Amino acid sequence: MAGENLLKVQGVETYYGNIRALSGVDVEVNKGEIVSLIGANGAGKSTLMMTICGSPQAKTGQVIFDGEDITRLPTHLIARKRIAQSPEGRRIFPRMTVLENLQMGANLDNLKYFKEDVEKIFVLFPRLKERQSQRGGTLSGGEQQMLSIGRALMARPKLLLLDEPSLGLAPLIVKGIFEAIKKLNQEEGLTVFLVEQNAFAALKLSDRAYVMVNGRVTMSGSGKELLANPEVRAAYLEGGRH
Amino acid sequence: MEYFIQQLINGLTLGSIYGLVAIGYTMVYGIIGMINFAHGDIFMLGGFAALIVFLIATSFFAGIPVALLLLLMLVVGMLMTGLWNWTIERVAYRPLRGSFRLAPLITAIGMSIVLSNFIQVTQGPRNKPIPQLVTDVYHIGDITISLKQIIIVIITAVLLFAFWYIVNKTPLGRAQRATEQDRKMAALLGVDVDKTISITFVMGAALAAVAGCMYLMYYGVASFNDGFIPGVKAFTAAVLGGIGSLPGAVLGGLMIGLIESLWSAYFTIAYKDVATFGLLAFVLIFKPTGILGRPEVEKV
Repeated sequence: MAGENLLKVQGVETYYGNIRALSGVDVEVNKGEIVSLIGANGAGKSTLMMTICGSPQAKTGQVIFDGEDITRLPTHLIARKRIAQSPEGRRIFPRMTVLENLQMGANLDNLKYFKEDVEKIFVLFPRLKERQSQRGGTLSGGEQQMLSIGRALMARPKLLLLDEPSLGLAPLIVKGIFEAIKKLNQEEGLTVFLVEQNAFAALKLSDRAYVMVNGRVTMSGSGKELLANPEVRAAYLEGGRH
Repeated sequence: MEYFIQQLINGLTLGSIYGLVAIGYTMVYGIIGMINFAHGDIFMLGGFAALIVFLIATSFFAGIPVALLLLLMLVVGMLMTGLWNWTIERVAYRPLRGSFRLAPLITAIGMSIVLSNFIQVTQGPRNKPIPQLVTDVYHIGDITISLKQIIIVIITAVLLFAFWYIVNKTPLGRAQRATEQDRKMAALLGVDVDKTISITFVMGAALAAVAGCMYLMYYGVASFNDGFIPGVKAFTAAVLGGIGSLPGAVLGGLMIGLIESLWSAYFTIAYKDVATFGLLAFVLIFKPTGILGRPEVEKV
């Protein structure tokens, strides 16, 4: 099963009005992999994540998931193919409780596996258990991030899209979240496509990675290769230290 | 004292009707952020649907039991207005989603005019009377309670409970609240946003139909113009209670019903609308979001 292609993005161009945000992006994610996408602010990483989910839809090119063309499907039907996203800005439902937010994640199965799945989430993020009847909007940034990832996992995804899971979090929590991702990948074979600013942590975690600049994929390779690549090091890893 | 309690009962009855209509305004506002100005006319249509059912039923099945007749009027009215509101959303509002905020608002006003004119043309401009359906009256001391008042308050309470349950405890209600809070995220979680919005319009219309039917039963007349003043008052109720808040809509409705009754009883009836809208202005000065409206502070 591993190694089989799960997601294939081919020549995708996405526009916001007249502004081209993605120009001819090709990305592939195989089953059981952790693939990350690194790049500077405004490079189009989040746009690619949202384009995979059909919001906005790609103007040209194709998004193929599990052998099926999903480029023109409406967002909610793409979600029903079991692509779950923890999006940029977390997008927690602020006036719903933590538990209700998780229930929203489990909507696809009508809460059939809710009880057992929510226990797993609470093991992964014990903090959420303490806060379960609190409203989403009152959580701290880190707790919201955990909730956003937890909510995505509740959908029992075939592909988990994570947009900046480390944004605004304390290093210790980031470490916890990355360990959790690794664990899910190794134990349950979860396929993860990850956007990260924290390039070092992302590359260490990933099987493969893509580098995005100005709406184009400029480099790709295994996590180790990119970690060793001088250009990548200068631009994304040591940039802040000079 | 008896006089006061009497007015309280009258106000509560009227307020129930306003509250039911106000829920439709507040729900639609909550979920797509527009004021559906045609909602008052949906309420009026509900009254006419009930009237037509009444005429058909009584002319073809003379001697039909009153309870069955009322049930028929309610159910058919709910189905009819539900279909109307669904269609309105589909043809008039959905194509404008994502355009600037005023566009659907103006369309809604247009839709309101279309509906009331349609009824004026097809049903005639005169008031349509129906005979009293429920005439029983109870006396407790000097206080008079009519059976129809009791029916109105009970039906309202039952519907409110059912409604509260749907919104807070069912997957549909969760999807509605999610759509209200973050439409894009709801879609990312597999919620069919268009369908959810349609269902919301149908639910609001069904409540308005019940209110329209009860208004007809209470006052005994229906007019093509009923969507306007009662509609605006129900809208006022929604704003007074805090637009977007369901308990607020009910509270606002009851307050407006009570103020109308009490003002008419103790001051001049001619100025009851002044009192109602004066209260709205007064509340909005001190609490612009309405009584139960939430202040817009959220962590992003």
